[in-house]
Amino acid sequence: MHSLKLSRIVKTFGPVEVLKGVDLEVETGEFVVFVGPSGCGKSTLMRIIVGLETQTSGTVEIGGRNVDATVPAKRGIAMVFQSYALYPHLTVAGNMTLALKEDGVPRPEREARVEKAAGLLQLSPLLKRRPAELSGGQRQRVAIGRAIVREPTLFLFDEPLSNLDAALRVATRLEIAKLHRTLNATMIYVTHDQIEAMTLADRIVVLNGGTVQQVGRPIDLYNRPDNLFVAGFIGSPKMNFLKGRFADEAGAATLGVRPEHLKVDPAGAWAGTVRHAEHLGSDTYLYVVLEDGQEVTVRIPEETPIGVDDTIQLSPLPGRLHRFDAEGLALRAA
Amino acid sequence: MSTRAPTQRVRLALVHLALIAYTLIAVLPVLVVVMNSFKTRRAIFNAPLEPPLPSTASLAGYRTVITQGDFLLYFQNSLVVTIGSLFFVLLFGAMAAFALSEYRFRLNTFLGLFLALGIMVPIRLGTVAILQMMVSAGLVNTLTALVLVYTAQGLPLAVFILSEFMRGVSDDLKNAGRIDGLSEYRIFFVLVLPLVRPALATVAVFTMIPIWNDLWFPLILAPGDATKTVTLGAQIFLGQFVTNWEAVLSALSLAILPILVLYLLFSRQLIRGITAGAVK
Repeated sequence: MHSLKLSRIVKTFGPVEVLKGVDLEVETGEFVVFVGPSGCGKSTLMRIIVGLETQTSGTVEIGGRNVDATVPAKRGIAMVFQSYALYPHLTVAGNMTLALKEDGVPRPEREARVEKAAGLLQLSPLLKRRPAELSGGQRQRVAIGRAIVREPTLFLFDEPLSNLDAALRVATRLEIAKLHRTLNATMIYVTHDQIEAMTLADRIVVLNGGTVQQVGRPIDLYNRPDNLFVAGFIGSPKMNFLKGRFADEAGAATLGVRPEHLKVDPAGAWAGTVRHAEHLGSDTYLYVVLEDGQEVTVRIPEETPIGVDDTIQLSPLPGRLHRFDAEGLALRAA
Repeated sequence: MSTRAPTQRVRLALVHLALIAYTLIAVLPVLVVVMNSFKTRRAIFNAPLEPPLPSTASLAGYRTVITQGDFLLYFQNSLVVTIGSLFFVLLFGAMAAFALSEYRFRLNTFLGLFLALGIMVPIRLGTVAILQMMVSAGLVNTLTALVLVYTAQGLPLAVFILSEFMRGVSDDLKNAGRIDGLSEYRIFFVLVLPLVRPALATVAVFTMIPIWNDLWFPLILAPGDATKTVTLGAQIFLGQFVTNWEAVLSALSLAILPILVLYLLFSRQLIRGITAGAVK
C-alpha cells in the first residue's frame, strides 16, 4: 500500500512557480529523502504534505485517503523540525503528550506511549525537565519522541540535523536510521546534505527548480544519474564534466567522470599539471589542469608524493564514464 | 577589574556621571514633591528645598486629603480605569498584532499602517467628537467611557510593538502546535503570548503611565464625584484664589504609590521574560 501519493502537485506564489507538477508514491515502511539545493521547493513540498501550505493544484493522499481538505492534526502525520520547536513552557513529558491530549487519548495509554518512546530514545531521566534545561542533541531527541508517540502513518523530518554539531549529527543520523528499522515506519526526510541522503534513504528524490530530477536508490543515483544536475549533485567531490575533445571522442556533448574514477597512470591518455593538492590522510584530492585548459579533480584513496606543478597522466576507469547529450540528459549505451 | 586600562576607566566614569546626572534630573522633582508634602505651608514657601525638620514637619496635608473628598474612591477609580484599559490594550493589541504578523491576507500592510497612524495623531484632537459620542451613548460620567478612550489611545503603539516581536516567534513552533492539533487561539494564548512577555511588559509600562497621569479625559468625560480619578481629585485643592499646597502635594505623593507598585511588577516580568531564554 502507498503511505503517501502525490499527484501533479503545483504550487505558485504569485507569478513564481515553486513546484511544477510533482508526482511521487511512497511505499509503507519506506525511508524517502528529498534532497536538492536551497530554493528547489523541497521544503514547500513538505509543507504541502503536512498541510501547512495548500497546493495550487494536484492532490495529496496519505494512507490511501485524500487529505486535501484535512487539517494538519488529522492527517496522521508527525513532523520533526529543524529548530526542534519544543514548547518552552512544557516539560519533556508535556511536550510529548500534548498532541495525544488534544486527540483525546486516555491517560494510561498516553503514559504507556511516552514511556515506550522515552525508552527508545534514552529520554526517561529527562521527562520532568523543560526544553531550556536540555542540550541540543537532547532537544532533538525530544522532538523525535514527540513525533513517535503519535504513532503516525507518516513521519516527516525537516532538516533535523542542521542545528547540531558535526559529531552529534553523525550520532543522531545513526539513531534515526536505527529508529526507522525499529519502528518500520514510513519516513520522509528533507535535507540539503547529500551524505545524509545517501546514508539514510531507501530512495532519494532529487529536486531542482521545482521539478523532480530523479527518483531512485542512492547507489543508482550515484551510478546512473539521469542528467547533469543529479550527476553533479550526488557525490563528493563533485563529478568532473569535460567538453571539447574528451566529449567528442566519447560521442557526447558532455563527458562526466567522478574524481574517484580517475587514476594516475603513466600510460594514461589525459595529461595535465597539478594546480593544487589537498592531503586528507585517507584521501588526496588533486586539482589538475588538463592540456586544453579544462580542470578535473582526482581523488586518490591514499597518500601520494605527487605535488603542485607536477605533470601527470590520468586514465578514467573503464565503464565509469557518463555521457550526456546537449540537453544534459544521460546517454545510455543501447 | 584591576587590569582595566585607564582610558576605559575614564570612559566608564563618564558614562556613570551621565547616568547619575540623568537620574538626579528625573528623581529630584519627585523628591521635592514628596519632601514638601510632609511640611507646613509656611515651610514649603520659605525653604522649598529643605527636608522636613522637626520644627517644620507636618502631616496637615495628608490629614486634609483623608478628610476632604473621597480619596479612597478616587484611587479605586484610577486603578479600575488603568487596569481595565491595560487589560484591553494588551488583549486586543496582541490579537491584532498576531493576525498582522501571522496571516497573509489582502490589505495586511495597509491595515498595519492604518493602525500605526494612531501613534502619530494625538487622540485629544478628537475630544469634541468623543464627547458627543459619549453623550449620545449615555456614557458620560462613567468609568466605561474612560476605559474605552484609553483602550483606543493605547492600541496603536501596542499593535506596533507587539507585531514586531511576534514576527520573531519561531514559525516552526506555531506549526508544531498546528500539527499537534492546537487551535489558532490556543497557539496564540499558550505558545505565542508567553514568548512575547517582555514586549507585553514594555507595552504595559508605556500604556499605563499616561493613563494614570491623565487629567484631560477624566475632566471632560467623567468629572462627577463618583467617577473622579486621583489626578482629577487632587484638583479640588487647587483653587482660583487659594491653593492648599500641602494637600496637593500629599495627594500627588500618594498617587505615585500604586503606579510604582504596578511598574515594579511589570519590570520584574520584563527581566524574567528576558532571562527565561529562547528555545534554541
